[in-house]
Amino acid sequence: MTFINYAAREINCKIVYYGPGLGGKTTNLQHVYDKTSPGARGRLISLATDTDRTLFFDFLPLEVGEIRGFKARFHLYTVPGQVFYDASRKLILRGVDGVIFVADSQDSRMEANAESIRNLDRNLKEQGYDISKIPYVLQFNKRDLSTAVPVDEMYRRLNIKGEPTFEAVATNGRGVFDTLKASAKLILTDLRKK
Amino acid sequence: MSSQDLLLYDEEFEKIRQALQRLLEDASAKLVFLVDKNGQQIAAVGDLSSLDTTSLASLTAGNVAATDGLARLIGEKEFTILFHEGEKDNIHISIVARRVILVVIFDDRASLGLVRLRVRRATAELEAVFAEIGRKVESRKADARAAQENPFSEITDDDIDRLFSE
Repeated sequence: MTFINYAAREINCKIVYYGPGLGGKTTNLQHVYDKTSPGARGRLISLATDTDRTLFFDFLPLEVGEIRGFKARFHLYTVPGQVFYDASRKLILRGVDGVIFVADSQDSRMEANAESIRNLDRNLKEQGYDISKIPYVLQFNKRDLSTAVPVDEMYRRLNIKGEPTFEAVATNGRGVFDTLKASAKLILTDLRKK
Repeated sequence: MSSQDLLLYDEEFEKIRQALQRLLEDASAKLVFLVDKNGQQIAAVGDLSSLDTTSLASLTAGNVAATDGLARLIGEKEFTILFHEGEKDNIHISIVARRVILVVIFDDRASLGLVRLRVRRATAELEAVFAEIGRKVESRKADARAAQENPFSEITDDDIDRLFSE
């Protein structure tokens, strides 16, 4: 749900990072936070357990510049990836404008990736969205690991509609901004069509 | 625009601000703000200097969403009021027009009873403003369709590429 404030001349959009547990969603957000100037970002809120597993969500507000005289703001959220937090995931998808799916490249996590995409599809439907229509970007994270599955095989198994796909190593920032920019671009392009 | 999109124009923004300002004074509150259910802050009045209102907005919405989930689990439609009591400051949260959240932060200069009373009045005022916004959005949408206008239809790929370019 885009929030357009004509009084303050702002567009506010919501991007949700989705994906299996320990895939690097929070690390993506952390990198965006670290590399953005303090004037352009708000505080990074993390509702996590004592062991740094996301419990409810992480949240980072970001101001990315002006477009047609309107300040463009993106609110980035991550969902908890662990299977049993499904109720929380549904809540966070409310009012979403775009989804970034962070897939874990390790061979042992391919089934978890696929299950998480099915879960996303189901949860989006429940909120009245259609995964084939919503701005959607795919990221293959952890490309630096020796157990990483080849990119073309991952693409075959996980890409669902020819969505923009990026390789990433969130721990050193590789691919993080490319993924985010692609998502922002899809959302704004969508706004143009409305 | 999808029907879920929230649009806010100057005139209604000013009315909202005035209603919040009146509530702030009548309830002797420290801070009053309005957030939509997805965590976007709509307006805020009071002592904003010491608080990160963007985070406050997002966490409030998360809190309300989780409470909504709890309500449905036990067979309630919603819990319309949330109250958090602290040592010095308290937070009163209520739902307005089913889609926005009114938050009042107050200390011992006010009482919960007073806040509840004043919130009820402000809620009626705000609901009228949101009904007006709904009507306006519908009529402007019809106008825009007739004139084929959308303020963002002119966005170019270059405009989008310039974002993030620093």
